[in-house]
Amino acid sequence: MNASPRILELENVSGGYGDTDIIHNIDLYVEPGEIVVIIGPNGAGKSTAIKAVFGLLQLSSGRISLAGKDITNAPTAQVVRMGVCYVPQVANVFPTLTVEENLEMGAFARTDDFHPRLNEVYTLLPPLKQKRRQPAGTLSGGQRQMVAIGKALMLDPQILLLDEPTAGLSPKFQSEILEIVKQVNRAGTPVLMVEQNAKQSLKIADRGYVFVDGRKRTEDSGPRLLANAEIAEMFLGG
Amino acid sequence: MLIFINDYLIHGIVIGSIYALGAVGVSLVFGNLRFANFAHGSLMTIGAYFALAIMHNTGLPIMLALPLAMVLTGLLCVGLDKAFIRPFRASATIIPLIASFGLALMIQSAVQMIWGPGMHAYFPGQITRPVEIIEGLRVSPRHMWMVAAALLFMLALHLLLTRTKIGKAMRAMADNAELARLTGIDTERVIVATWLIAGALACAAGVMLGLDTQLRPMMGFELLLPIFAAAIVGGIGQPYGAMAGGLLIGIAQELVSYSWLGTGPLISPSYKEGVAFAIMVLVLLIRPSGIFRGRVYS
Repeated sequence: MNASPRILELENVSGGYGDTDIIHNIDLYVEPGEIVVIIGPNGAGKSTAIKAVFGLLQLSSGRISLAGKDITNAPTAQVVRMGVCYVPQVANVFPTLTVEENLEMGAFARTDDFHPRLNEVYTLLPPLKQKRRQPAGTLSGGQRQMVAIGKALMLDPQILLLDEPTAGLSPKFQSEILEIVKQVNRAGTPVLMVEQNAKQSLKIADRGYVFVDGRKRTEDSGPRLLANAEIAEMFLGG
Repeated sequence: MLIFINDYLIHGIVIGSIYALGAVGVSLVFGNLRFANFAHGSLMTIGAYFALAIMHNTGLPIMLALPLAMVLTGLLCVGLDKAFIRPFRASATIIPLIASFGLALMIQSAVQMIWGPGMHAYFPGQITRPVEIIEGLRVSPRHMWMVAAALLFMLALHLLLTRTKIGKAMRAMADNAELARLTGIDTERVIVATWLIAGALACAAGVMLGLDTQLRPMMGFELLLPIFAAAIVGGIGQPYGAMAGGLLIGIAQELVSYSWLGTGPLISPSYKEGVAFAIMVLVLLIRPSGIFRGRVYS
């Protein structure tokens, strides 16, 4: 028996948005404390797999569980309340709300006082405190991503799902955001993320999955995937 | 100059306040439910009649009847949403829009069946005389109360939107409804709050309109178009824009009939309504998202 159940587990999951499945027979898990990365070419179903967890997909088969509890086809609102927070790739902040209001909205589902958590998030992401009165829409791409991550942390989630957090950012901000993901993880939150930037993200990942055409092609530890010649040729630019 | 202020500007501010209260509701509903609510004018009408019924049946002064009628109209909106709009939440936005048009006709007919097709007044036979504030400047106390009340409601709305959790959630949902859901915001609760506020403000606008003129079953419906113009001029989905748009259009409508050139009115008052749309077209030509940068759909 497992001493601590896996935080998140997908077993034989297939599904899509209509009649045709986009992902097929996906098996995937995240252990407590891990950073897990899904890499693969465009259209491989990476983001779709994350959306499946969040109740945004019609599943044709399979089972999804969170810390041992079945959440297959659970409505989004319930998945959030159970402690799964999701950061979409684009349009992931409320642009006319200030940074602090964005964080407060992240805590909407909390019934207790959110201020202690707000201070924790500010400690973890100090730039947000500086900009707290600024409308999120006026921030740079990297800072907006930071707001989006901070907003998702407000519920003190059991797991954080990130959909290409470095997409569209300059190389400097890309490393900065991945560094933040690492810090967030060290502070105790397991992370499952989809990344286009395979090389850099595998460096901070405990384990990685490679998706091709909606199927899982390989899985291995981060370092071993980085060293894998075939993977290197496919995604890591030689 | 004093004639200009007494007879034109002050009335422009009064009618502008009424437009502003109506337009804010249209804008809030559009922002959070994504459809143009054609029933908004009729909600103003029934709100005005609610206040009338409360005053005549209980003898309460209008100061107490107004808040009660506002609550009633807000609750009516929540009920109407549950019955006629909510079933179409996931449909294309044209469906709730058509449903709201049906609601407008239903409300108007209900008003006519209950209170009859004729005119009513809150204070029948009573005329309020303008009082002189400073030499030559005369304002009717009723108008002063109306503008003060409108300012108070706007301030209350501002505090609600910026200081309370549900108010911030309303702004968040207007920014991005899908993200609001993913963030764990209870969007159905936000929609209930939106209807309560939009209904209450519609009622306030209707009561003011009734105080300014008289109550008729068509009173609100006739104001629907300038109110839509105000909401669009301000930037649709932006409550502050709707306030500014309402005042701008109300004042402009009154001022164009002033004798700017020569002795006769610049534009005959019969063309007032057209002015609202001329302003709307002008603003949209220069700034397609409206004064306060609302949504643009291409």
